[in-house]
Amino acid sequence: MSAVLQTNALVKTFGGIMATDRIDFTLEKGARHALIGPNGAGKTTFVNLLTGVLQPTSGTVVLNGEDITQLSRESRVKRGMARTFQINQLFSTMTPLAMIALVTSERLGYGVRAFSKLDHDRRVIEETAAILAQFRLEDIMDNSIASLPYGKQRQVEIAAAFAAQPSVLLLDEPAAGVPEAERRELLNIVGSLPSDVSVLLIEHDMDIIFRFATRITVLVNGRVLADGDPTIIARDPAVRAAYLGEVSHA
Amino acid sequence: MSMLEDRVRASLLAARRWHGAEIAFWLLALAVFWLFPRNLLLLNEIAILALFALSLDLILGFAGIVSLGHAAFLGLGAYAAGLLAKHGIGDPLVGLAFAMVVSGLAGLLASPLIVKGNDLTRLMVTLGVALILHEIANSWGSLTGGADGLQGIAINPVLGLFSFDLFGKTAYLYSLSVLFVLFLVARRMMNSPFGLSLRAIRDNSLRAAASGVPPSQRLALIYTIAASYAGAAGALIAQTSQFVSLDVLDFHRSADVMLVLIIGGPGYLYGGMIGAIVFKFLQDTISAFTPQYWMFWIGLFLVLFVLRGRTLIHGGVKLIMFRLPARVRGKRS
Repeated sequence: MSAVLQTNALVKTFGGIMATDRIDFTLEKGARHALIGPNGAGKTTFVNLLTGVLQPTSGTVVLNGEDITQLSRESRVKRGMARTFQINQLFSTMTPLAMIALVTSERLGYGVRAFSKLDHDRRVIEETAAILAQFRLEDIMDNSIASLPYGKQRQVEIAAAFAAQPSVLLLDEPAAGVPEAERRELLNIVGSLPSDVSVLLIEHDMDIIFRFATRITVLVNGRVLADGDPTIIARDPAVRAAYLGEVSHA
Repeated sequence: MSMLEDRVRASLLAARRWHGAEIAFWLLALAVFWLFPRNLLLLNEIAILALFALSLDLILGFAGIVSLGHAAFLGLGAYAAGLLAKHGIGDPLVGLAFAMVVSGLAGLLASPLIVKGNDLTRLMVTLGVALILHEIANSWGSLTGGADGLQGIAINPVLGLFSFDLFGKTAYLYSLSVLFVLFLVARRMMNSPFGLSLRAIRDNSLRAAASGVPPSQRLALIYTIAASYAGAAGALIAQTSQFVSLDVLDFHRSADVMLVLIIGGPGYLYGGMIGAIVFKFLQDTISAFTPQYWMFWIGLFLVLFVLRGRTLIHGGVKLIMFRLPARVRGKRS
């Protein structure tokens, strides 16, 4: 396997606090990789560094062999990195259809076309329809996103990220807050993502982690505590201690 | 094409399809030329204010950029068109294009100050830019005429055929035509991928960037376009009144246009026009029986309107424009 995403000695400090402490991380092609850790471990900061929401204090982020550390958020999306957010970040006045069409048209580079018509573009229509079908959003595609139940909004969030046709997909707690009844459909969708897309799953829920992940990285206090196969990680005494709040800072 | 693709295409098409109420609106705007021949000067002012408000709608309603100094571009356009005519190029369409280019360039230059900030910094920066331009126009009397205003503007007939008259006949038809053409362009733009990306930034700039939309670039582009629209409104003021005073750069212009857009409702292109009609009608009616205190009544109306009436009026407009036509279509099919 080859690495699609790598960080080298990535550091982020907020004032005197070291939120990310020299993280060397590798996401292999096609991986189902979980990033876990207790609250405040620095998981979301790490994702924000990967996606360009935050700039690192030092270190580099490499995507498909290219150093993207200095690139803007949107440039990283164009190079194949998409994400979902821990708390839904959607276009509340749009419909799922419009949101997917937007991501598709941006991916195709149509965003500055001020006079073209979306309904005249075959590629936008085909790709939008394909995503809506894949994520089972056909029945609600014309509803306002704000009016959808939370679980459906979560689906739209993942669909919108996937519409960017990423090689790396970062899912930040995809099932968090989703009621039990809608959870199964959501997890099926996550489970059926194509195998050529490398997925980094940031998650608390151990059931989901052990269902999907083929590799786990454990973050504690901004540092990598452990990294490896799920069965080994599950037995690691340091990891168990960290989750029980007994980690030694020595 | 699969059935789902057909449905997707139909939904995308429906978003930009003309509604009956829109066609009726523009026919009515033309009909008032014959219905109210004595009020053409007022109607001309309404058309110009509507264009100015449309310009603000492009940035505020569609891209979420607040501005307290939009008069900067109105005034710049007015002076640009006025100066051009004063110095021998009196063709109104050339003047209009020149004003749009000058204001557009100013918008482009100002855009780096606007795109990065939050609402508060945008309010202050736009206000500051307008104040600076006002003071420059005031102090540079040799060019602008200062407090006496820019005089000696001579405008040629529109297309070499229609001279400007005292009753505002040519003025209204000219302003309405410019408003209509620029509205068509704006309507097309707001229903394009570019327009959709602006709505994305307005709704959620974090998600917009995560969807591949470069917010700064798009906001700079729409700010430039909106500035040139405001410049066009300024050119219409200069050309139809053949006079430009410092008033075009005054703060009340920026405040009025914000009120106009809030009355009509931002984000659907007609808000500025409906707001301009209501605002000018109120101004005209109230000042007829209380010339000195009309601002008091306008103020009171706005407070009540924002507190209570806004949802009522906007709900009514949306019902007429979107829901009723859909119901009629539903019954037909």
